[in-house]
Amino acid sequence: MSGRQALRLLVDTWRGRFGLAVLGLTVFVAIFGNVIAPYDPTASSLDVLQPPSFDHWLGTTESGEDVFSQLLVGTRTSVVIGFAAALISALLGSAVGIASGYFGGWTDRILDSFENWFLVIPTLPLMIVLARLLDPSLWVLVAVIGLTSWAGTGRIVRAQVMTLRERAFVERARALGASDFYIIKTHVLPNTLPLIFANTVLIIAVAILSEAALSFLGLGDPSRISWGSMLENAFGSGAPSAGAWWYVIPPGLCITVLVLAVTLIGFLYEEIINPRLILDRES
Amino acid sequence: MNARWLSGKVAAAVFTLLFVIVFNFFLFRVMGDPTEQLARLPRATPEEIDKLRGQYGLDRPLMGQFADYMGDTARLDLGTSQRSRRDVVDEIWDALPWTLLLVGTGTLIATLLGTWMGVKAATRRGKKTDDALLGFNLFTYASPEYWIGILLILVFAVWLPILPSGLQVTPGAQFNSAFAEILDVAKHLILPATAMTLMLLGQYFLIMRSSMVDILTEDFITVKRATGMRWDRVVNRHAVPNALLPLVTLSAIQFGSVVAGAITIETIFSWPGLGELTFQAINDKDFPVLQGTFLIFSFGVILANLLADCLYFYLDPRVQSK
Repeated sequence: MSGRQALRLLVDTWRGRFGLAVLGLTVFVAIFGNVIAPYDPTASSLDVLQPPSFDHWLGTTESGEDVFSQLLVGTRTSVVIGFAAALISALLGSAVGIASGYFGGWTDRILDSFENWFLVIPTLPLMIVLARLLDPSLWVLVAVIGLTSWAGTGRIVRAQVMTLRERAFVERARALGASDFYIIKTHVLPNTLPLIFANTVLIIAVAILSEAALSFLGLGDPSRISWGSMLENAFGSGAPSAGAWWYVIPPGLCITVLVLAVTLIGFLYEEIINPRLILDRES
Repeated sequence: MNARWLSGKVAAAVFTLLFVIVFNFFLFRVMGDPTEQLARLPRATPEEIDKLRGQYGLDRPLMGQFADYMGDTARLDLGTSQRSRRDVVDEIWDALPWTLLLVGTGTLIATLLGTWMGVKAATRRGKKTDDALLGFNLFTYASPEYWIGILLILVFAVWLPILPSGLQVTPGAQFNSAFAEILDVAKHLILPATAMTLMLLGQYFLIMRSSMVDILTEDFITVKRATGMRWDRVVNRHAVPNALLPLVTLSAIQFGSVVAGAITIETIFSWPGLGELTFQAINDKDFPVLQGTFLIFSFGVILANLLADCLYFYLDPRVQSK
């Protein structure tokens, strides 16, 4: 899969177009959210838990803040954590997967059992423990999510590299005296990259959901608004029992639509690599 | 069953559990400074803190503490909750049945419903039924389960107040029969179990659907059709049993997210299980409880993986012959 093919896929399928549109809009809001927000998202007022009106398009929170502004400003937290954590996870997962699959032997045994442990240990409780022990901030969350979600990528990369290692062009390079570093750089990595890419896109979804869950449980960065922390505040202040749908629905819907967009793009690339997973007829 | 294969799997599971126990110690003792937790005690003077440190063995060298910890864990002594002053093991023991009830109900319904939907979608691939099922399941797959829970509360407990919004029984209620009590618990179970089901449903559906689509294109299905066998019989007797295999592996992998769902969904519905216990421990910085629930969650996932491996072995003759 070349870069051009990868791009074509995004433009030619409805899932690609949907994903691209949502991602584009989200990134735009993540960058300019503070500027477009009609109100200061933390400015409280006496209009407490008001339903949507002309002044407040999505109503107000339990302390009279503007829900729409919080939603716009909170986008950045979700996007930054989602992308940065997925990047860490991809780097770590590919490094471990390539080392383990390429070198085999004891390297593989040690790294593989390490991977197994991380696959088995339930991720959210591990994230909770880490986030509770370290004081939560944006970058602590990025590190915690990135460091706990790489094992799946490692496993998939390892399997791919193990088959690559036996292929004729790699053996030829080795026979000609190419160094391990050279073989990994010119033969192994380019052939593993599409797989890593598809997997990383899916990890973004996992990271966004993890950030939201941690923030919802009160382990988010207290100085930042995020969709998860909005849900935490809404739930904690009893907005559901007050019937404040305008406060409860938007943050969750934003998470859902963004995760859906990322997941659909991820599936799209996974299908190219593994046609058995095809989701619908057009692709 | 192949005894050697089984003992290998059991040994691997025990080894993983040992790793988790050791990891648990270093995670809490090395990363989190226990004296900081003690200092949170109201009005504790430095002398009192020193005394407490002695009492908990925190002034001893790390390896000595580690030996104590391993001994305690082996005797199932997981320490005392800082909030309730009760043994952590007792707290976990009280909460476990509630979590098992919620998780069991949710998983069971999600498996049945997901399988059924997956079969329906795969046999009507590309038609309206398929599109609708796919859309619905992708949506629930992408949405946070606690948000779905909040929406369920909003609709069924606030707008149409027909179901309770939380807890496991009506507070203060007197029941004149065991049946009435079970009925009350069941009523409280509906919403959290629905949230749990919707969280797991998408995964099961997607795997079952692609597995079925795959099987339906295989030669033996065409042969069965050619013999004149009725189509629904071909599907139910020959395609579905074969398509079920990936689902077994999936249910093990899913167990991690089941645990995550238990934490957030129980929090939403004040369901008194392990998840709610974890949530309270997060808020109170109650590290012994947090450590205990982390251990029991890991244990649960390891056990589920082992069981799924055994089930897979039992179901798939190809694995047995190797």
